[in-house]
Amino acid sequence: MVEANSKSNILMMKKLLIFTLIMFVFGYALVPFYEKFCEVTGINNLLQPDVLAKDNRVDEDRWIAIEFDANVRGLPWQFKPLQTSARIHPGEPINVMYEITNNSDREVTGQAIPSYSPRFLDKHLKKFECFCFTKQVLKPNETLQMPVQFVIDSELPAEINTVTISYTFFELPAGASPVKK
Amino acid sequence: MAAVHGDAHGHDDHHPSGIMRWVTTTNHKDIGTMYLWFSFTMFLIGGFLAMGIRAELYQPGIQILQPELFNQFTTLHGLIMVFGAIMPAFVGFANWQVPLMIGAPDMAFARMNNWSFWLLPVAGTLLVSSFFVPGGAAAGGWTFYPPLSTQGGLGVDLMIFAVHILGASSIMGSINIITTILNMRAPGMTLMKMPMFVWTWLITAYLLVLVMPVLAGVVTMLLTDRHFGTSFFNAAGGGDPVMFQHIFWFFGHPEVYIMILPAFGIVSEIIPTFARKPLFGYSSMVYATASIAILSCVVWAHHMFTAGMPTVGQLFFMYATMLIAVPTGVKVFNWTATMWRGSMTFETPMLFAIGFIFLFVIGGFSGVICAIVPIDIQVQDTYYVIAHFHYVLVSGALFSLFAGVYYWLPKWTGNMYNETLGKWHFWLSMFFFNLTFFVQHFLGLAGMPRRIPDYNLQFADFNMVSSIGAFGFGLTQLLFLYIVISCIRSGEKSPEKPWDGATTLEWTHLPCPAPYHSFEKPPIVK
Repeated sequence: MVEANSKSNILMMKKLLIFTLIMFVFGYALVPFYEKFCEVTGINNLLQPDVLAKDNRVDEDRWIAIEFDANVRGLPWQFKPLQTSARIHPGEPINVMYEITNNSDREVTGQAIPSYSPRFLDKHLKKFECFCFTKQVLKPNETLQMPVQFVIDSELPAEINTVTISYTFFELPAGASPVKK
Repeated sequence: MAAVHGDAHGHDDHHPSGIMRWVTTTNHKDIGTMYLWFSFTMFLIGGFLAMGIRAELYQPGIQILQPELFNQFTTLHGLIMVFGAIMPAFVGFANWQVPLMIGAPDMAFARMNNWSFWLLPVAGTLLVSSFFVPGGAAAGGWTFYPPLSTQGGLGVDLMIFAVHILGASSIMGSINIITTILNMRAPGMTLMKMPMFVWTWLITAYLLVLVMPVLAGVVTMLLTDRHFGTSFFNAAGGGDPVMFQHIFWFFGHPEVYIMILPAFGIVSEIIPTFARKPLFGYSSMVYATASIAILSCVVWAHHMFTAGMPTVGQLFFMYATMLIAVPTGVKVFNWTATMWRGSMTFETPMLFAIGFIFLFVIGGFSGVICAIVPIDIQVQDTYYVIAHFHYVLVSGALFSLFAGVYYWLPKWTGNMYNETLGKWHFWLSMFFFNLTFFVQHFLGLAGMPRRIPDYNLQFADFNMVSSIGAFGFGLTQLLFLYIVISCIRSGEKSPEKPWDGATTLEWTHLPCPAPYHSFEKPPIVK
């Protein structure tokens, strides 16, 4: 009886170890699952171009003030918008230029990450083109001008009349893969 | 009974003596004892950190701990109490009690049992020694969110290794417990005849093998982000720090039930014994435990209502969280119904068990309050949350551990503890615990943030009260240490069956103290 018992014990242990292993892999599987989930539901859609809704209309009666902000984190770059603010109607497309300069004598790769205020602006901001969709590589002392093209749709709540769009450049290790979709 | 005594004589102890006895032991009782002493040691270390925190918060301004060190204290207090004190203590109980309560001679894998214990001191040493490395210990909170945890120094690496080791130990312990319970029950002990403590541990062990590997995965991601160029949580590399919170809490919320389900089990043994009535609604207790375990896996994002989430997500996690109150309520009503018209006596274990129910319900209710999204957004990261989870972890998990120690000390040592001192321990703990944590509700509602070494003057009075309570609570636990040691060394000899209402196998079939080898011939359960 003791024999039979220890055999079934070992079998049980094997099953549980396999289950443990599956759960470890599951932890890693949550990463692509999370990304897919965000992509399908449109949450966290920071790095892909948007499509403008067909029924987009320009609301001539309203003005929105937009403030542009630019930061670098840990890169030897200078990064600024060529205009610090703008005034547009909801639904009206706008093109803003940004400029980066690599102040160092090495090639540096960076990735811009957007952030908005108010936070729910991302629901109403439709970006067609942005330097933040890909990584940027700057040769020593190179200067680059890059556009951002977007529309703020007219669904933006009426009480909002000023918004801020901010970009921060982070350094990517040399040879790092481009940002995943 | 005679057969049992014969059993004890048949196996004269032929184990090594001195320190090697403890290093090489494969006996579930020895290992259980070591688990309990280890966790008590970590409890004192974690308690020391808590005293440091409360001493700094005694008055506004920076007096004792610089902010960096204060953050290390709060972080390590949480990690040590959760992973070093509460969890190993319950595993210690499982080691001692599960084989005794199901009539098994030992745990299923005795050598693995030894190994899973001896990993713990290694991990504990890593955690404690991280205070002394350059840059100090991890300081980003016990939940080690990135980016703080991807930026910290060597201390964070030590913490990551410690968590890995503790996770491995817990997983081995759980595999052992599941196998023991499923394969080694005495003849006639069907699943639905198992004592509640064994049931709660079976379910807890399944939760552990479900979520501990996920924790191991997420700290491994953190490690590769720190040192091997991956960017799971690095926004610049395409990762997402919020994803860490999702994966962490996928582990973290079941984890809180891992710490409370065995407590439910202990209380479910003690209440019937001292009410001298069988547990009311045994099968509903089993199903409630299982439902809590299942629900605990789908509520994790209620820790993240302010991290950014669509309303529909907030609503789902809010309702799912509130649903847990239902099976928990079933349990509380069952305990109350067990006491109803029972012939109750109030020895120390019963006092702690009733104290547990009373205070755990307060913690449970503040949990339901925190589950409500708009309120949570208000109290997120304030002292209200601190008060909430100390009500469920200190007066919940810890009080049940005290109750269990007093209840089973006669079985473990053969001696009775000092009942008068035990009662003092209970009433002092009760008083000082509430003094410490009840006022923290008010601080939280007034807006005092957690993890802050200095605060606005308006919070001064309640913080002073809370600190005085904390010092009292800390000192009271030294009384507990004294009671346990004096029970072991010079306690009065315990009667064969000190609790006349006890009905589980360890009381009905074994003498006090339980012999070194028990149930070599399994008892027959009718």
